[in-house]
Amino acid sequence: MPFEGIGASVRRKEDVRFLSGRGNYTDDINRPGQLYAVMRRSDRPHAKILGIDTAAASAAPGVVAIFTGADMAKEEIGGLPCGWQIHNKDGSPMAEPPHPVLAVGKVRHVGDPVAVVIADTKQQARDAAELISIDYQDLPSVSSTPDALATGAPLVHDEVPGNLCYDWHIGDKAVVDGVFAKAAHVVKLDLVNNRLVPNAMEPRAAIGDFDTSSGDYTLYTTSQNPHVIRLLMGAFVLHIPENKLRVVAPDVGGGFGSKIYHYAEEAIVTWASAKVRRPVKWTADRSESFMSDAHGRDHVSTAEMAVDADGKFLGLRIHTLANMGAYLSTFAPCVPTYLYATLLAGVYTTPVIYCEVKAVFTHTVPVDAYRGAGRPEATFLLERLVDCIAHDTGIDRVELRRKNFIAADAFPYQTPVALEYDSGDYQTTLRVALENSDYAGFEARRAEAAKRGKLRGIGVSTYLEACGIAPSAVVGSLGARAGLYEVANIRVHPTGSVTVFTGTHSHGQGHETTLAQLVCDQLGVPLSQVDVVHGDTAKIPFGMGTYGSRSLAVGGSAMVKAMDKIIAKGKKIAAHLMEASVEDIEFANNTFTVAGTDKSKTLTDISLAAYVPHNYPIDVLEPGLDETAFYDPKNFTFPGGCHVAEVEIDPETGVTEVINFTAVDDVGRVVNPMIVEGQIQGGVAQGIGQALLEAAIYDKSGQLMSGSMMDYTMPRADNLPNFNVATENTMCTHNPLGSKGCGEVGAIGSPPAIMNAVIDALKQFGVRHIDMPATGPKLWSIIHAGQAKMAAE
Amino acid sequence: MPQVTLTVNGKQHTVTVEGRTLLVELLREKIGLTGTHVGCDTSQCGACVVHVNGVSAKSCTMLAMQADGANVTTIEGLAAADGTLHPMQEMFREHHALQCGFCTPGMVMSAIDLVNSHPQGLTEKEIREGLEGNLCRCTGYHNIVKAIAAAAPLMHAK
Ligand code: FES
Ligand code: FES
Repeated sequence: MPFEGIGASVRRKEDVRFLSGRGNYTDDINRPGQLYAVMRRSDRPHAKILGIDTAAASAAPGVVAIFTGADMAKEEIGGLPCGWQIHNKDGSPMAEPPHPVLAVGKVRHVGDPVAVVIADTKQQARDAAELISIDYQDLPSVSSTPDALATGAPLVHDEVPGNLCYDWHIGDKAVVDGVFAKAAHVVKLDLVNNRLVPNAMEPRAAIGDFDTSSGDYTLYTTSQNPHVIRLLMGAFVLHIPENKLRVVAPDVGGGFGSKIYHYAEEAIVTWASAKVRRPVKWTADRSESFMSDAHGRDHVSTAEMAVDADGKFLGLRIHTLANMGAYLSTFAPCVPTYLYATLLAGVYTTPVIYCEVKAVFTHTVPVDAYRGAGRPEATFLLERLVDCIAHDTGIDRVELRRKNFIAADAFPYQTPVALEYDSGDYQTTLRVALENSDYAGFEARRAEAAKRGKLRGIGVSTYLEACGIAPSAVVGSLGARAGLYEVANIRVHPTGSVTVFTGTHSHGQGHETTLAQLVCDQLGVPLSQVDVVHGDTAKIPFGMGTYGSRSLAVGGSAMVKAMDKIIAKGKKIAAHLMEASVEDIEFANNTFTVAGTDKSKTLTDISLAAYVPHNYPIDVLEPGLDETAFYDPKNFTFPGGCHVAEVEIDPETGVTEVINFTAVDDVGRVVNPMIVEGQIQGGVAQGIGQALLEAAIYDKSGQLMSGSMMDYTMPRADNLPNFNVATENTMCTHNPLGSKGCGEVGAIGSPPAIMNAVIDALKQFGVRHIDMPATGPKLWSIIHAGQAKMAAE
Repeated sequence: MPQVTLTVNGKQHTVTVEGRTLLVELLREKIGLTGTHVGCDTSQCGACVVHVNGVSAKSCTMLAMQADGANVTTIEGLAAADGTLHPMQEMFREHHALQCGFCTPGMVMSAIDLVNSHPQGLTEKEIREGLEGNLCRCTGYHNIVKAIAAAAPLMHAK
């Protein structure tokens, strides 16, 4: 048998399907008798709805039904729920205004859905949607994060004074202030983390299918977590019990967080399909995605570090404003708090930290977790701040990092911001990254570039993140309204092949391969005889889905636990068949043996006996070989590492070219190195996109200026370099695989590495900080102002 | 309503369409070939790329009626009848050039045309520039570029 277990770069089982056009994405599914839904969305950022006239639209060809918020309100349909409650500094709960499925009374952002048209064809629904006449009374709006708190700012929700969702903090302010008062240096930085649009390539889609004979509902949806959608939509919005509601998330074309949340359209098509008694399908146009998929990031912060004369970090003080958008998306409140502020120690020994976060409502699309979720914001802030400390104190930026690292022998390490890191080795990842990037040889390359008229810079970021989300009791105490364990069901069939039913969901991560490799490894079953099933609440016992780089660390651990049960039961059957005592049975390489003898039985012998129990310990053991396990993680996992970026800027255009990008990450045990490298490459590409190209921009009037792929700059093949990716791993100490997770590290570590390189390239102009994205026009202006100033001096 | 007759993956179809029906809608909805994807509405992403008379075309940017009489190849038509993958498909698999698979059909169709139109071979820069019309959000392109470089000599050897 070829080596297919943990550590093998086996080619993916799912690829032939995708490569030959036989994927099964939501929009590829068509149900018999299906109708099409089109949303009529607000084109105003903020307005009162005075009236909705659907007469002309209802009379249009093919139209079957039109529903508005009033129709849903009549049936006591609930609002979209929020899954995390943050408490204010004074202990009171955050403001949690209603989030109606279809707007009621008011619209609060461009893209807010007002009505749904259901027709025989999509074109007919689209034509009719345009015929709906909505009488709006425009109201003033606020879209920028800092403006939301200004006195007299227009209110997004009348019941939320000052647009303040919450005012939260962590740490002891008095202690931190005291440290600052005595510090040799205080280094301060104001910075913005730019708002992004996730833009998974598959637009969101949903099909509601009500079975008129059984009264059962099925929702097909582009989701990262079908059980979570079933729970939220069934329990809080449509009041459908779990036994009558099936949610299927088939092949999903990328998520990056944006497909975690329960969206209005899912509830609309499910509810409407019962109303019209036919299946109802909705598929987003890309421009619709821009104004209805949750956005990411959007922080405005002030960061200060107190530093002693030798460059040791003494204390960190942060003030952050975080934009929630118009409504609270499913997990929005936890992103700028527990996924952000708890990461502010980073890889450093900073002994005291205080962070306060004000979350605000604005008339913009809701903001929620996007690849990295809070950790990229924390990392960008810290790693920019560290470079500013180097700039202000004159200490070398690499030395400064080394001096402040948590030592490899200091684990477990308790940070001042709640987390306890289990393992890591930051000196090693830094050292290897500097070697792999030939950091030492950089100045020669800078000089060579200068001869060609190019400004070359190098930037380093040493980072850490928390993933493998999450210990249920811990997150419960922090406001999560769900448990965050994972579930696996391992079914060994009579002839020894295996089906894995996992509660995680693959939307590009390659679980059908990686999770099958765990079975090869533990049970010794060849990869070709292992299938992984995910994404269907009718097949999977339960599950929390995939986000926060949790699938292997949490979902894989649940599999290990279930396979442990399989082996334990198999040993009992083997003991019976071989007339030995259970304690003497050993299992390895697909075979049960009696220790010290040559007696053995294969897993297939055992599974056959389990399902055909003629000679079987039937009095003490049930037939079958099928085990389920729930795994609740003991802690978060803490991947980390070092990214080094090398860029060249053309002073004529301001355009930055990424020449080299080196990543050395610690992701714990690697199951499939090929897939891990792919995850890191993809994450880095998104990080480079954030740093150089991408920004969701609202104008003063509340319109989304970058509302299509013509205006929002997605990274293309010719914007990116080849990536030099490697891992230097320490094992996670608290899960059975030792894996930490690799899905987000690329997007977390890379933006500050790029920005530190850009700023290094421009250092001759006295540049200390630039906010992302570092676009050509922005850098051109900086370069030309700098050149003019130098000429004048 | 107008009728369009075209050959798709070697099979002739005559389909009734509206004047505004797009080629991609004809492929996905009228003849059920859902391998060709729609990723945008501004002709930016290339998820919809097919070959029309042997040359790549964005099927979201072409009316079905413009394909009257044309010979269209979609991702479903690339592999041999016995299932043997086209070298480009094979190299995408070998080099892990796909993750979620959504951009993949368009990416593969564009890549084949790119290789066909460069019989003298392709540099990495030419491959990257040749992919200007195709977006992938998952892979960062690194492995796509590698796969195309590896497929080119295999295709020319045929
Ligand atoms: S669907 Fe995006 S270019 Fe055709
Ligand atoms: S593989 Fe997902 S968009 Fe390319």
